[in-house]
Amino acid sequence: MTPPVLTFDQPHPFPGKLIIVEGLDGSGKSTQLQLLQKWLDSKGYNVFFTEWNSSELVRETTRRGKKSKALTPTTFSLLHATDFANRLYHAILPPMKAGMLVLADRYVYTAFARDAVRGVSPTWVRKLYNFSIRPDMAFYFKVPIEVAIDRLLGGTRAQFKYYEAGMDMGLSQDITESFRIFQSRILAEYDKMVSEYGFITMDATKNIEEQQNEMRQVVAKALENYRPKRGTHGKRALFWRRFVLPKSE
Amino acid sequence: MGNGHYFGDGLSYLNPSDLKGRLIAIEGTDGVGRSTHIEMLQEWLEVQGYGVITTGWTRSSLMSKTIEVAKQGNILDRWSFSLLYATDFADRLEHQIIPALRSGFVVLADRYIYTAFARDLVRSGDPTWIRNVFGFALVPDLVFYLRIDVDTLALRVIESNGMNFWESGMDLRLGADLYDSFKKYQALLIEEFDKMAEEFHFEVVDARKPPEEIQEVLRAKIEPVLKNDRRELQHRDVPIEASLT
Repeated sequence: MTPPVLTFDQPHPFPGKLIIVEGLDGSGKSTQLQLLQKWLDSKGYNVFFTEWNSSELVRETTRRGKKSKALTPTTFSLLHATDFANRLYHAILPPMKAGMLVLADRYVYTAFARDAVRGVSPTWVRKLYNFSIRPDMAFYFKVPIEVAIDRLLGGTRAQFKYYEAGMDMGLSQDITESFRIFQSRILAEYDKMVSEYGFITMDATKNIEEQQNEMRQVVAKALENYRPKRGTHGKRALFWRRFVLPKSE
Repeated sequence: MGNGHYFGDGLSYLNPSDLKGRLIAIEGTDGVGRSTHIEMLQEWLEVQGYGVITTGWTRSSLMSKTIEVAKQGNILDRWSFSLLYATDFADRLEHQIIPALRSGFVVLADRYIYTAFARDLVRSGDPTWIRNVFGFALVPDLVFYLRIDVDTLALRVIESNGMNFWESGMDLRLGADLYDSFKKYQALLIEEFDKMAEEFHFEVVDARKPPEEIQEVLRAKIEPVLKNDRRELQHRDVPIEASLT
């Protein structure tokens, strides 16, 4: 009657492949993942994409909690775990079981890093997420804190968000300074996890194409023995094959 | 609580050693009269001059609406459900229960973490994960388990509000209709509660007795716990900041 228990401690048993990216805000990880998806799409793979804190139901609650600043480190952590569980069930496991590719912008490591910095027990967070599956590839886009700040302030965002800057922790009255302290601590947590979880570390200070080429090489190698499964040939795949696919790829 | 302690990996940013009040939880399946008894206990305690707050499953300001929406069928997997309950519980623990205990209130909890344990276990068969998740919960001073047999329970629920989708565990498809499913589901829950009663030393109370008789039993068990409290706490007056290490 009960389904087999999934665990994060072992490789997952599914035919699909799960590729995730981690890194600070402003590390460029999302850009890289989008480019990777373009490439995989163009190769005719069936690719699914999911991102942190995006399931409808929980996002609304998180927004409400953040607005009233009523979230504690533990409820903050649990809400994100709920969101993740919901996405795991609806967006990650079905394509994984069907043998497709899943790309995730941030994964459980984001929680491990952020929640530890907020003061939640690291052991507890790891146990909390034990129902998740281990990714096949985890890219970590490593960037010095100053570069991340410059990118964020120089880009579309004129100011940091309250929780992103860790303002709830009372680190500093100045939001940029708070961001710097908070994100530095997250950076330290990421660095600790590199060997613990076998991250593929990417130098995120390099230019975009260079990083993307490296990433594609690593992924291509990892997918050597992977046989893609498709139900139908989607419109997008056809479009790419007919008009856009460069010869070099 | 005196020296309160956490069930497992606790809130590492919150020291529970200076909680003056008492935490009393009432557990049991749906329809055993938990809320009636909590009302009566509150009255009885307040007449004696105790400060009392009550707290109930899914009643947090953060989560109650979300859980309602989830129950409409927006979330169906076991993890999300258990985590929604855990978030609700954490919100109440940090915003209601711990502050009240720190100020010396008696906290009466309508359902506690054991409800989550039973519901998750029935769906997963694995007790470890859910117990780890609720590691941050405070261990209560007293846990009452209002025990009932499933036949009496079925009669009671039909007589009062009727059976609903979730109380019948319809997500598990245990039976052909509400009634069959209700009985199977509640029987499984009772089985789990019975096991936990031994493991966690619940005070088991026969919920089929008349309410007055049950109240007498509850009060007799609560009295010594409160007396204990008073003696122990005469010289405790630590400011709140000191315990927030």
